[in-house]
Amino acid sequence: MSALGQYNYWIVVFLMMVGFYTVIARGNMVKKIVGLNIFQASVFLLFISMGKIEGGTAPIVMEGVQRYSNPLPHVLILTAIVVGVATTALGLALVVRIREAYGTIEEEEVQRCDEEAEVS
Amino acid sequence: MIESHLLALQVVIPLLAAPVCVLLPQGRLPWLFSTAVAWICAAMAMVLLGEVMASGTLSYAMGGWIAPFGIEYRLDPLNAYVNLIVAGIAAVVLPFSGPSIEAEVTQDRLPLFYTALLLCLAGLLGIATTGDAFNVFVFLEISSLSTYSLVAMGGDRRALAAAYQYLIMGTIGATFFLIGVGLLYMVTGTLNMVDLAQRLPAASTEYATTVHTAFAFIVVGVGLKLALFPLHGWLPNAYTYAPAMVSAFLAATATKVAVYILVRFMFTVFGFGYAFGETVLAPLLVGLALLGVFVASVQAVYQADAKRLLAYSSVAQIGYIALGIGLATVLGLSAGLLHLFNHALMKGALFMALAAIFFRIGSMRLEDMAGIGRVMPWTMTAFAIAGLSLIGLPATVGFISKWYLILAALEKGWWPVAVLVLIGSLIAVVYIWRVVEVAWFRERPAGARPVSEAPLVLLLPTWTLVLANIWFGLDTRYTVGVATRAAELLMGAGP
Repeated sequence: MSALGQYNYWIVVFLMMVGFYTVIARGNMVKKIVGLNIFQASVFLLFISMGKIEGGTAPIVMEGVQRYSNPLPHVLILTAIVVGVATTALGLALVVRIREAYGTIEEEEVQRCDEEAEVS
Repeated sequence: MIESHLLALQVVIPLLAAPVCVLLPQGRLPWLFSTAVAWICAAMAMVLLGEVMASGTLSYAMGGWIAPFGIEYRLDPLNAYVNLIVAGIAAVVLPFSGPSIEAEVTQDRLPLFYTALLLCLAGLLGIATTGDAFNVFVFLEISSLSTYSLVAMGGDRRALAAAYQYLIMGTIGATFFLIGVGLLYMVTGTLNMVDLAQRLPAASTEYATTVHTAFAFIVVGVGLKLALFPLHGWLPNAYTYAPAMVSAFLAATATKVAVYILVRFMFTVFGFGYAFGETVLAPLLVGLALLGVFVASVQAVYQADAKRLLAYSSVAQIGYIALGIGLATVLGLSAGLLHLFNHALMKGALFMALAAIFFRIGSMRLEDMAGIGRVMPWTMTAFAIAGLSLIGLPATVGFISKWYLILAALEKGWWPVAVLVLIGSLIAVVYIWRVVEVAWFRERPAGARPVSEAPLVLLLPTWTLVLANIWFGLDTRYTVGVATRAAELLMGAGP
């Protein structure tokens, strides 16, 4: 199979790097969570695309259908999506509380606030 | 009837207790309720370990679906042992938490706090019992998500920032783990650990790169969770700003369970031959472990906050555990596993003693703790004994694990490693002494609030752990027996 034939993996790797870079490089806490979401979404795609069989249909018993896609990765990812949603919700809730306590959602400014409090 | 379902109930009971706990009224009830749940779990864990040691591996098919199609819960000496550590520590820490948490968390949040704690317990016990790789991920996230919210309930606003940082790092770790599991599924078509172990040798010759990548993702992902040295950035802040009792619980259980995942995947799923023969893991693990012991111990010496000091010490102690695993012999592995249990005992006791001090003086800073040993002698004696155990004085558990670790290093002829372990213990003397010196040999600062000894509810659980430190330091038959048996099983030498 040619390199382009596995384009799904190219997309996965691209999204993974975009998300991971955003998490590391951004100082804004909401943007970090967006990056985390993209990162997780890439893993969802990795799982789902591996379950696909060329010419396969949905795994429902029907006459005349012989090839089915593997449903297990879909089920796994359904669970992982729920986990991802919970993580996002909790992360954003924390950001709200941080904003209430510090008045900012920039990581550097939060650190500066802490250092100033430490000195005084 | 109920006995055959014990393995599932171990996880199901705390999981179902959590939503019940939300509905409880404010006050003491949520605390008493979750204490009861923790005791039930500890009792079940004890029965299960006894059964496993007597009759071998237990297996339970969730919902009646036979493995490898359904989710299998599987208990062998290793995870029965980890299971007991988690449930046992929860059973000791929860009675302690009542007054301690009431002082730190507002009344209306108490039911929610205990709900999160029960969920965390369910997640940790779930990781320790499941035999399914994807199920590990789910339970890992259940325990992690509840841990983030527990950390965020700390009184200080810095607890929020620490919880956020932990959330980002923890999620990256868990997602890495998920990628690894996905790649394994891709080449083997199974998620059951035993099944994976059987199919991986064939897969790793055919798809060598994929299996290698999966291994790397899993090790790095779990390494983040267990705070292996360069990946430990989240730990000091999270432990420092979490409510005092949460630190005691997490330090004694959460990282231990992550170590268990690492051991399980390295030895059972990938197999000893693969993990140590075909990857660079062993030298990497030993190097990072030793580096972690030193850097974190030295950092601990310079902390002005006693809780932060213990947090850095935790990173160092995880280094000892990783060192034992990295030695890759039966003796080394059992030393690592022993330290898993022993470190839970001593760090639990140390953090609980600090929590008792915090309960009285409302601070963890060393300068505020001056002379505290004279007004709270029982609490500080507990701290001192647990500290001696951390250092590794004979007749405490700390000595036992260090002793086995040094024996294992010498057995391999790595005497420099043995010397480094000893030096690491000497640094521990320095940081424990700093706390003891401040507490006993300085006067209470003039104008300090008069304080009295901690209440009995706090002292009793703390001393239970302290006495366990001494008990298991003198009578090693049980702990060494279980750890050795688990290590032999993992290395494929035993029955």
